[in-house]
Amino acid sequence: MLLLATVAACGGAREQSSRSSVALTGAGATFPYPIYSKWFADYARQSGVKINYQSIGSGGGIRQLSEGTVDFGASDAPMTDAELKAAKGPVMHFPTVIGAVAVTYNLSALRAPLRLTGGVLAGIFLGQIRKWNDSRITAINPGVALPATDILVAHRSDGSGTTYIFSDFLSTVSHDWSQGPGRGKELSWPVGIGAKGNEGVAGQVKQTPGAIGYAELAYARQNSLPTAAVQNASGAYVEPSVESATAAAAGEATTLPANTDYRVSIVNAPGAGAYPIASFTWLLVYRGQADSAKAAHLKAFLHWYLTTGEQSAASLDYAPLPPAMIQRLSSRVDSLGAGT
Amino acid sequence: MAIAPQIVTADAGTPPLVSIHDRGLGDVVYRGVILFFALCVPLLVVLVAWEIARAGWPALHRFGFSFLTSSEWNPVKQIFGAAPAIYGTLVSSAIALALAAPLAIGVSVWLSEFSPRSLRQPVAFLVDLLAAIPSVVYGLWGIFVLLPVLRDPVMPFLRDRLGLGHTAFFAGPAYGPSMLAAGLILAIMILPYIASVSREVLLAVPRSQREAALALGATRWEAIWHAVLPHARTGILGGVILGLGRALGETMAVTMVIGNRPEISASLLAPGYTMASLIANEFSEASSDAHLSALMAVGFTLFVITIVVNAAARWLVWRVERGARVSA
Repeated sequence: MLLLATVAACGGAREQSSRSSVALTGAGATFPYPIYSKWFADYARQSGVKINYQSIGSGGGIRQLSEGTVDFGASDAPMTDAELKAAKGPVMHFPTVIGAVAVTYNLSALRAPLRLTGGVLAGIFLGQIRKWNDSRITAINPGVALPATDILVAHRSDGSGTTYIFSDFLSTVSHDWSQGPGRGKELSWPVGIGAKGNEGVAGQVKQTPGAIGYAELAYARQNSLPTAAVQNASGAYVEPSVESATAAAAGEATTLPANTDYRVSIVNAPGAGAYPIASFTWLLVYRGQADSAKAAHLKAFLHWYLTTGEQSAASLDYAPLPPAMIQRLSSRVDSLGAGT
Repeated sequence: MAIAPQIVTADAGTPPLVSIHDRGLGDVVYRGVILFFALCVPLLVVLVAWEIARAGWPALHRFGFSFLTSSEWNPVKQIFGAAPAIYGTLVSSAIALALAAPLAIGVSVWLSEFSPRSLRQPVAFLVDLLAAIPSVVYGLWGIFVLLPVLRDPVMPFLRDRLGLGHTAFFAGPAYGPSMLAAGLILAIMILPYIASVSREVLLAVPRSQREAALALGATRWEAIWHAVLPHARTGILGGVILGLGRALGETMAVTMVIGNRPEISASLLAPGYTMASLIANEFSEASSDAHLSALMAVGFTLFVITIVVNAAARWLVWRVERGARVSA
């Protein structure tokens, strides 16, 4: 009898400890999932606090946060005003890393990276530029022999933050684009073939001579896809890289007001080295936290990612935040208050 | 839970061979439980239909009939018309059936009538194995093997060499991802369902049927065509319906090869869209209520179309059955 009670007590204790070890749950964006899962694993090892994250997509992350079923959300696109209003309280946006979208193409004759301006890129994806030797492309690629073949556009068919960033850039630089397809995670594409996922688009481009598509930087780098140099706001042609994406955030950070909510787009950012098709991805947390233990865990983790986490971002091809922004964000973490 | 009293009254109505008391409580409970299980399935279908319809109602109400007829699907402007997806679902399934049914019936006729005994089991096993391959594997195979082969040389061959490009059905550029690719993948996927049902049905045709035909002086071919296949046609049609149901609902493999373009084109070389692909592509990142509701409405439309197509096929089976009885 005594033995039984002891066993039961032990079992009970173990159950309790395993329950309390998952301190926070989150859900949302799939794009930063590789770096987030590394962060959460590293953080659990260092602090003993487990964070459970489900990469169900940005839309799902925002929905679950609004319903209060998770402690934090994650999204590749900032919450809209309507979504903020639908949430249970004021939501704070914390940029974590910067994602860049690379333009990839299949032109076997090309040695140097293809050069594209925002206007030409919009023209291609609008179906206004249909041949590779169109004068608008050859004009910005002097000395490059471009074939007289058709351009095949490949785009994402599944809703994705990558499409949001890409269309955000095209909407910013092209009036025709913002009046036409606009910005969103899913679009009504004027031309082209829809493929599922980065791997689908990359596969379509790789297999079809004369194809052009876009994929997130990490995917393009890990699969050594050819990537185009895109003209930025200061007129320079910049290739996508971890450094040029961070430079875009640094350029934009200089223009942020002191009371910014960080729901900002950094496409076409100022700065000579800035890659123009880049965006933050955000963690979403409620400003008011009813559970003070959870609030403390959340604050501790936010501080950790800003200091320790950011250093490992580049190892997985994610661009870290610029140092000046990390400082500003650290003081913002402290404004996260317990109680509603 | 109003089921139990009904059973009791039904029992009371029929003159019992043994008194209720003798049959015992066990039988009554057993019948109740069985009835409950039997009712669970239709109840589940009704519940699913009700929930999807409820969630999709705002979109159906807002766009009305144009939801089924409009070709514009624009999540940014929140205008939703599902016509290309409906068209794509029906056309890709039709291509799949047209390709798979003759092939599957051919395989099963060979297996049941011609194949040496030693080959029957291995070949049947290999055909059945096709059904065990996950659809994402079919999709990957489609992207890396089928699409490149289709783009060059199959599509140019069909279009230019065979001169099919003059018809609207094979016109336009050949990129690979297309309605044709989706139909081909689906054909391979539904082949084992049709083949395995047909094989079992053909094997169940009594020997006497064949022997009678042969005894009347029929050739082997005539015996199969006039005696065996008519005897089995209801079952074979049942297998075809099973395959059709699978083709209408298949999602992943189709999404990976169809090109996901919401546009109605007569050309089989052009990309298209299906309802299941549309939902799979957009559901996870859909955040606005209108968009979610439109996707649910697509789900409801798919549900209704599946039921209508299946009902039509059942009706066909019923007609064939009646025809067989009349002619017999």
